[in-house]
Amino acid sequence: MRNTQATQLLFELAKPGRRANMLPPSDVPTTPTEKLYPSGALRHEPLELPELSEGDVARHFTNLSSLNMSVDTHFYPLGSCTMKYNPKRNERLANLPGIVDLHPLQPDESAQGMLELLYELQSYFAEISGLPAVSLQPAAGAHGELTALMAAAAYFRDLGQTRTKVLIPDSAHGTNPASASMVGFQSITIRSRADGSVDMDDLRSKVDEQTAVFMITNPSTLGLFEKQIDQIAERIHSVGGLIYLDGANMNAILGIARPGDFGADMMHYNPHKTFSGPHGGGGPGAGPICVRDFLEPYLPVPRVTKVGEAYRMDADYPKAIGRVHGFHGNIGVLVRTYCYIRAYGGKGLRNVSEQAVLNANYMLARIRPLLPVPLGERCMHEFVASASKLKKERGITAMDIAKRLLDYGFHAPTVYFPLTVPEAMMMEPTETESKETLDAFVDALEQILSEDADTLHAAPTSTPISRPDEVRAARKPVMRWTATP
Amino acid sequence: MAYLFNTSEDISAMLATIGAASIDELFAPIPSHLRLTKPLAIPAALSELELTRRMGELAGRNTGVEQAVCFLGGGAYDHFIPAVVDSLASRGEFYTSYTPYQPEVSQGNLQVMFEYETLICQLTGMDVSNASLYDGATAMIEAVLLAMASSPNRSRVVVPDSLHPHYRQVLETYLQWTQFELQTVACPDGVLPGDAWSAALDDSVGCVVLSQPNFFGIVEDLAPAARAAREAGAVVVGVCDMISLGLLASPAQWGADIVVGEGQVLGNPLQYGGPYLGILACRENFVRRIPGRIAGQTEDRQGHRCWVLTLQTREQHIRRDKATSNICTNQGLFALRAAIYLALQGPQGLRETAEHCSWKTDYLRQSLQGHERFTVRFEGSAWRELVVQDRAGDVAGVLEHCRQQGVLAGLALGRWYPELDDCWLVAVTEKRTRDELDQLINRLNAVPQSSDLAHA
Repeated sequence: MRNTQATQLLFELAKPGRRANMLPPSDVPTTPTEKLYPSGALRHEPLELPELSEGDVARHFTNLSSLNMSVDTHFYPLGSCTMKYNPKRNERLANLPGIVDLHPLQPDESAQGMLELLYELQSYFAEISGLPAVSLQPAAGAHGELTALMAAAAYFRDLGQTRTKVLIPDSAHGTNPASASMVGFQSITIRSRADGSVDMDDLRSKVDEQTAVFMITNPSTLGLFEKQIDQIAERIHSVGGLIYLDGANMNAILGIARPGDFGADMMHYNPHKTFSGPHGGGGPGAGPICVRDFLEPYLPVPRVTKVGEAYRMDADYPKAIGRVHGFHGNIGVLVRTYCYIRAYGGKGLRNVSEQAVLNANYMLARIRPLLPVPLGERCMHEFVASASKLKKERGITAMDIAKRLLDYGFHAPTVYFPLTVPEAMMMEPTETESKETLDAFVDALEQILSEDADTLHAAPTSTPISRPDEVRAARKPVMRWTATP
Repeated sequence: MAYLFNTSEDISAMLATIGAASIDELFAPIPSHLRLTKPLAIPAALSELELTRRMGELAGRNTGVEQAVCFLGGGAYDHFIPAVVDSLASRGEFYTSYTPYQPEVSQGNLQVMFEYETLICQLTGMDVSNASLYDGATAMIEAVLLAMASSPNRSRVVVPDSLHPHYRQVLETYLQWTQFELQTVACPDGVLPGDAWSAALDDSVGCVVLSQPNFFGIVEDLAPAARAAREAGAVVVGVCDMISLGLLASPAQWGADIVVGEGQVLGNPLQYGGPYLGILACRENFVRRIPGRIAGQTEDRQGHRCWVLTLQTREQHIRRDKATSNICTNQGLFALRAAIYLALQGPQGLRETAEHCSWKTDYLRQSLQGHERFTVRFEGSAWRELVVQDRAGDVAGVLEHCRQQGVLAGLALGRWYPELDDCWLVAVTEKRTRDELDQLINRLNAVPQSSDLAHA
């Protein structure tokens, strides 16, 4: 049933002379462009783009879409990514005329509704985080980290302090150390203990007057809440340092605990995770940040403010780090976030986290007899199982299980992350799945574990392709189509 | 509750399996003194009907470019978006999927990335494109950082002030934490000053940024400026408008080593500034350091051609603090839209779109000829954008007058260029009709003198 002809590359489907989009005849004089521009600036050789009809294009991309798993079609327990249902109403509302067709530099007077929405959203972000000052500008979580670290660096510069170190637990996302490097900080790794918590002795030995920021993901990527967070914060604050919270896992604590109340000075949200912005095959996300009021002067410009009854985009903050995005950030994602928060209200958001944690614990309780879960009887929004025993005993890896799950019609968990757990399989069901779906997933997993090792090594067998050669792709990279191979 | 599943019966059964007495017990790992003890101060839930009403109300207080005649540009443009783009990109199989970590169930997205990368290479003449970055400005930053990392022992970045002011601001923000020094070359005539440009170049310059067209809409032959930079040993970063490439020489031809651009123009809505699409492509020799995701071709174990994410050893999840960039995402959905847009346009469609922009900009220029109050500020050849000067010096009054008449007439330049505070920037895309251009001229003719405004 698969249409293999339509899923050839666009360039192979093309035929000289085919046309799709046509403009009307020009209603102004058509001066030859050679007369308008210097010859050296003009294109003299034909542009190499494929020529297709509209029907070719529609069928091609429709058929390509059918080769993807997605939240709309499959259970997607990809740990750390919070693949929850993306409400259809948000798509419609974010595409309303007057929302989707606003130019970023149009006068504030002509965008009062948008500015009001963003201003309200800032207050929701502040309320959920317990941190009062907000910047909507960062375009992704990693961009939020970078922006907050810049604000911290500007703060220390303003105080006349030179601080060089950013401390990061070994279980953190790779973006944390990468962001620290971009602001000129040195990353210092802090060990985790066997139970996943921060090794306080290691932390104490590394904290000093050079410590600028401690970056922590709490709840952690292991799905555990760091109980020592207030002691950590006290230690860092005692040397004048700041706590940064990677908000990737906010889905576990909405309305239950607030980063600002448990010691964080700065944080980012991932609205595409926590607040259901669609992941779009890898983006766009957004990375708004919240900070304590003493850091507010350093946030990027412009910021949404209210003066009397009027809303404004305000760039007049002399201590600001500057601008981190071409315009105002990923507003389209933030509009969906606004819709999501309004659809749940304050109480509903708490319920989101309660159901997310319930679903994760239910899945954990059912999976623990099947696969070891090294850390924890209980979890927050996600947990990390390990296939290392299976690997030793039967030669079955986390990758084998992941691939076989695809045959059963489930997206695989995140595998081989976090790096601190061998043969890791990180599972996050989210709150938008039913008990029946969770049961079906665990049943499939149980079935898979009873299959022989060869079946698993051969998986997947029902997908359009199976186990592509990634080494070859990296050794002899082919990163574009060419007419003559 | 809006999007939840569990019934009270489900909840009891699940708690029994877990062995917990209540949901609250599951939160026991959070010490009670760190818990929030009051409800979030966020308004109560809205039903879909109420939310739709609320959003309609907010939208109604905005004037979108579909309701006004839009001459706003400055890095984001009101180009036509064919229905096919919206229709295909709104398929749930695309927009509710994620990063292709499991290539077997992501061939759709991976093939789109590979096609996008190829289309961008075809358009720019570069060898390699990544699968996109946040937006044009941040793509330029990544290009500059890539260029500087490839130019050891060089510390200066040179840009003309005809480069988009926001791009320069973002550059300042990022470079203040590095050892690199930013030098800006003034362009008082709206074009690169040949001698001053060459004078700024020496063996301490690691990277220059050139823009085609520049912020004032002017198209230049950039080959001499690029050549001078390369002779000084600097890497040349080109900031290009992707629609203009239907008509203008590819940046590879005029000498760019790395090309970046704002992909919003390729079928992406304005959305008040984002999400947009950061395009970055480069010559082969930069490939091991290029930031962001890349899809590459390979074979599966049956020998079928297929696509995977590749060269991941550059990236932060493996390299951590030694990574070439902290980027951990691409704008997949907007790269998809750009690929659909370019596939629909083809070489001929893109060329015609670029030509329509030329002709309409030129019509505006001609219409202003001999006007007693308004004049075109710079001599150069403009594409899609034009700097207009108000000899009466009341740009704010002119723009506000037009806005009240339903015409968003452009962007005042004084906020970025104090010496141009009597000027504004008018953008004319293929969507603007002759009638609308005449309407703009009529509105301008009807602007009261500033002294009249003061008495009004």
